Amino acid sequence: MALLALSYPAIVQFITGGNGDYLVGLAADGGIYMLMTIGLNVVVGFAGLLDLGYAAFFAIGSYTYAIVASNHMGVTPIGHSFHIPFWIALFIGMFVAAAAGAMLGAPTLRLRGDYLAIVTLGFGEIVPLVFQNAGIWTGGVPGISALDVPTLPGWFQGPWVGQDLAWVPDFRFTSANLTAYYVLMVILIAGVVFLVHNLYNSRLGRAWMAVREDETAAAASGVNTISVKLLAFSIGAATSGFAGAFYGAKLSYVSSDNFGFIVSVTVLSMVVLGGMGNIPGAMIGAAVLYFVLFWLLPNAPQQVSSLASSLGLNFLNASNPNGWPGIAEEVSRSKYVIFGAILVGIMLLRPQGLLPSQIRKQELKHTADLVPAAK
Amino acid sequence: MSAMVQRLRVSVFASPTMSVVNLAGMLLVAIAIVEAMQKVYQGGATYFFQTLGFGLAQGAIFALVALGYTMVYGIIELINFAHGDVFTLGAFFSLALMPAFGLVEGKSSGLGMIISLIALFLVTMLFCALVNIAIERVAYRPLRHAPRLAPLITAIGMSSLLEGIMFIWRGPFNLHYPDFLPNAQIPIGGDVTIAAKAVFVIVVAIILMVALTAFINGSTLGKAMRATAQDRDAAQLMGIDINRTIAATFFIGAALAGAGGIIYGLYYNSVTAFDGFEYGLYAFTAAVFGGIGNIPGAAIGGFAIGIIAAISDGYFQVSWTRVMIFGILIFVLVFRPTGLLGMRVPEK
Repeated sequence: MALLALSYPAIVQFITGGNGDYLVGLAADGGIYMLMTIGLNVVVGFAGLLDLGYAAFFAIGSYTYAIVASNHMGVTPIGHSFHIPFWIALFIGMFVAAAAGAMLGAPTLRLRGDYLAIVTLGFGEIVPLVFQNAGIWTGGVPGISALDVPTLPGWFQGPWVGQDLAWVPDFRFTSANLTAYYVLMVILIAGVVFLVHNLYNSRLGRAWMAVREDETAAAASGVNTISVKLLAFSIGAATSGFAGAFYGAKLSYVSSDNFGFIVSVTVLSMVVLGGMGNIPGAMIGAAVLYFVLFWLLPNAPQQVSSLASSLGLNFLNASNPNGWPGIAEEVSRSKYVIFGAILVGIMLLRPQGLLPSQIRKQELKHTADLVPAAK
Repeated sequence: MSAMVQRLRVSVFASPTMSVVNLAGMLLVAIAIVEAMQKVYQGGATYFFQTLGFGLAQGAIFALVALGYTMVYGIIELINFAHGDVFTLGAFFSLALMPAFGLVEGKSSGLGMIISLIALFLVTMLFCALVNIAIERVAYRPLRHAPRLAPLITAIGMSSLLEGIMFIWRGPFNLHYPDFLPNAQIPIGGDVTIAAKAVFVIVVAIILMVALTAFINGSTLGKAMRATAQDRDAAQLMGIDINRTIAATFFIGAALAGAGGIIYGLYYNSVTAFDGFEYGLYAFTAAVFGGIGNIPGAAIGGFAIGIIAAISDGYFQVSWTRVMIFGILIFVLVFRPTGLLGMRVPEK
């Protein structure tokens, strides 16, 4: 699977005749959502905790990276800018997010399930606002720019970027080399999947499942439910923080606008769509929904409006004063409806998701069978 | 009173670790209150009463929305995220209906306008109620026996769907909502005044809340609702039609939210498709603050959150108000999950 993923840039470049940089870059960005989906899958899918403020940890990871790897601290009262090497900064972002997750989780995980959803939702609203309001420390509304880009001690340069095969020492990732980003993303995802998969098959993974199915029974069987839930919550937060730090490094810019509730809902939709509690499912959900939201929808308005003119329906394209803004605008506004329809439709028609986890599937099916549906 | 003190003592000093945490929490609250009182004292009476009027009006709207949240939570233990958007839908729908009711800004006045407004209220409330019943029927009822996460996720989906429909309908603009209310200031002694608009909002909200309380306490359906909230299975055994009772709860909650939507429009004169989500979260905070599932609690919580938000806006920085409200939400859930007046809801 990893090999298939790695061959994607070559295939894209071949199909588009060397103009596939846009698609490769898009896939590299999609990898960030995929990382988050895998992390949220641990929280929602494995442990059954609904986290509605997942973007908060993403924001914390990004801002931590921005603070430790840019010139920004030089303009704050600290007066000294940090430039911690990329790989260390990435893990600092991850640990800060995990710590934030543990701090939020410790007092709140003893609450009922849906109270936890609300606490995380509130937290998800607070964190970007705090970053926005913290003035000089976080750059306020414009955010922090000119972050250090990812680096590697060495990297292969080859025909895929139009150069001779060569070993480049002290490689710096730039926007001109999207294939390198993409390959790095695949490697990171593979690493995270490996770790999460092993966790799932461990004692901890079984404890998560037990807590998800019946917390009281799990506690009675000797599972320390609080610490097990806390671990799931922090591991999820860590993954999100890791993705956030990488996101900040790739974009070389952070701003509080990028971490709203919509991000949390997008990632949750990806988990639900793919199949809760299943890692390949989560990855497929992320890939499909990312493709729909970030490629299909942004391109759809243009396509629809050219379709309308080729069918001789030009009046659809013109905006008129009665509130019709033109069909292109109407299509681009449909994002929220699509989100909603996916969430509701999947839960009603195929609650196990596109690629369900076998255990979860049985659980969803049996609860429906055991209890006669209300008339 | 002494019973209340007793209960407080029991809950605060339940265990040594909890008492430390709770005392720390109370200390924080005390510091915040002292700080706010100092600012209020420096600000002077006129400014304070202006802020208070604003807070009460805002709180009345929160309370109307919070009632729907708390009723639905009380009866099926679902956080109905779509509720805030039903509230916005009330504003949008009434805005579209205004010409049909002969309500034109600057031209309508007098008794005719009042009658038209009342009719508009009734039609909008009915519409929102029917929408909410449809939501319940489509998105929540089939999942009543599914794992707890499932209806929560459809609720978020429904919220996004409603927002999306309003977004496609009217676009991302700030819609102007006609201004029918007098802009006068009513003097209440000295140079202290209160806006007539605020009085209108508070009075309408209180009328609706009194009607709701009378209905819940007096009617057979209200009794059925209370019974279903207490124990659904036992209520069913007593011959109560559960589906009808739950639908009625959604109906009433949405009718109040729809009325809240019109009041919101009339008070602020501006509305966007996404207002409801945030307002819904504030209202939910209010419901949690008052004790979720508790109807007087939601009303009191609404007014409390409204006043806190107004004081935060008026005396501190506006940009921190949302942080403050969501901070209160987390704070209440951590330190007193049952809210101010909350009863302990057993985990089912």
